[in-house]
Amino acid sequence: MSIDWSVVIEYKDYFVRGFITTIELTVVAIVFGLIIGLILGLMQISGKIYLKVPARVYIDLFRGTPLLLQILAIHFAVIPTIWEDILQMTPPSALFSGFVALSLNAGAYIAEIFRGGIESIDKGQMEAARSLGMTYGQAMRLIVLPQAFKRMLPPLGNEFIALLKDSSLVTVIAVNDITYAAFTTAKSTLERMGPYVTAGVMYLLLTLVLSRVVLYLEKRFTPQARKK
Amino acid sequence: MIRVENLQKKYGDHLVLKGITTEIQEREVVCVIGPSGSGKSTFLRCLNLLETVTSGKVIVNGHDLTDPKTNLNQVRSEVGMVFQQFELFPHKKVLDNITLAPIHVRKMPKETAEKKALELLRKVGLQDKAHAYPEQLSGGQKQRVAIARALAMEPKVMLFDEPTSALDPEMVGEVLAVMRELANEGMTMVVVTHEMGFAREVGDRVLFMDDGYIIEEGTPQALFSSPQHERTKAFLSKVL
Ligand SMILES: Nc1ncnc2c1ncn2[C@@H]1O[C@H](COP(=O)(O)OP(=O)(O)OP(=O)(O)O)[C@@H](O)[C@H]1O
Ligand SMILES: [Mg+2]
Repeated sequence: MSIDWSVVIEYKDYFVRGFITTIELTVVAIVFGLIIGLILGLMQISGKIYLKVPARVYIDLFRGTPLLLQILAIHFAVIPTIWEDILQMTPPSALFSGFVALSLNAGAYIAEIFRGGIESIDKGQMEAARSLGMTYGQAMRLIVLPQAFKRMLPPLGNEFIALLKDSSLVTVIAVNDITYAAFTTAKSTLERMGPYVTAGVMYLLLTLVLSRVVLYLEKRFTPQARKK
Repeated sequence: MIRVENLQKKYGDHLVLKGITTEIQEREVVCVIGPSGSGKSTFLRCLNLLETVTSGKVIVNGHDLTDPKTNLNQVRSEVGMVFQQFELFPHKKVLDNITLAPIHVRKMPKETAEKKALELLRKVGLQDKAHAYPEQLSGGQKQRVAIARALAMEPKVMLFDEPTSALDPEMVGEVLAVMRELANEGMTMVVVTHEMGFAREVGDRVLFMDDGYIIEEGTPQALFSSPQHERTKAFLSKVL
């Protein structure tokens, strides 16, 4: 068995574009996932039933159904309904659907990480902050979240890597990411191995870089004293 | 300074404070003693509304804490609290632990806050620890920083909840010394403590609590040498 790498070189523009698209999908989903996750996480620990219940329903919905189904539903049902029926406009690209689906899904998982992180901080820290006259918001922002964030970094790192890999599912709605490049190249050239091996190497490279970044952040957020 | 009228506190159906009435004057040092579970911490926490009051009145420094219009953050910033477990902020240096609230709550400029923090650290004998992290301090040092942190808000009252109970015996003295100095300077203090020696020496008045009530109160001399109630006698015979 020998791999014909020439098709990969011939189709390299596909792969470069796929590489960039996969990075875009991951970065967008991380950024919006963090925002959605923080909001949902805070809603969950607010102790107010009218905030807790919607957050819980959202999280259960997105964690309890397959991501593939979510991508299909958002691309072929939710977004066309909103754009065509309500806004009376042409729907945006499949890439946009990919951004939305991955961000909404990541938000649900990140929310659980935020909640766990915040709940792991001793209640006494919040009380000490409040006893000094800080508002709930100040105590959260200055005292609880910075400490929680440090504990959340390892699970967040896992979530980001899972997200990077799961982004490949958008191939089904023809978003040209790495997987899509491999799939279409292999199909149109009949070369079996080369395109898939190339895609695998690209993902591996990205996951390795991402895990290094997370490790670096973990070090940076550890106080000076503990470094030695 | 503090007036408490028929204060009741329930956790769910469990009545923990069953009607507390007392008054604490300016510059007075009141020690609260009593068996475990009698409601001492709960009483203290009601004084700066870390717990919501179920019924009754709590007036601190002219603010009615049970009035929904009262700005609780304002009241809390005027009442210092020292916890058994110190509760320093582990991700902040000692100096930042102390300046955080003055900067963010009082909107004090950073330089002013730091200058003041260093003065307070000198007062508790820890100026050389300004740039250490809490985990690098001993228990006694942590508690002294916690006291300095509370003092940085220039509170009118200081509440202490068993400030020496989590300390190794050899560190109790250094913390009590700081508290004694505060008392001598005229700070109004409410101290939940098992240190009967401190209560006797520094306290102007001792409250004995049991089962959600103040059973008996009086000067340390009176309460310790001639307790009137059976329950007070029983408790004192165990701890003295
Ligand atoms: N958050 C809470 N929820 C339910 N019950 C509580 C809570 N906090 C305290 N209690 C109960 O209230 C009672 C009084 O507790 P409190 O902590 O005020 O006692 P204490 O006198 O400070 O005791 P100790 O000397 O052990 O600190 C106890 O029976 C305790 O179980
Ligand atoms: Mg207690």
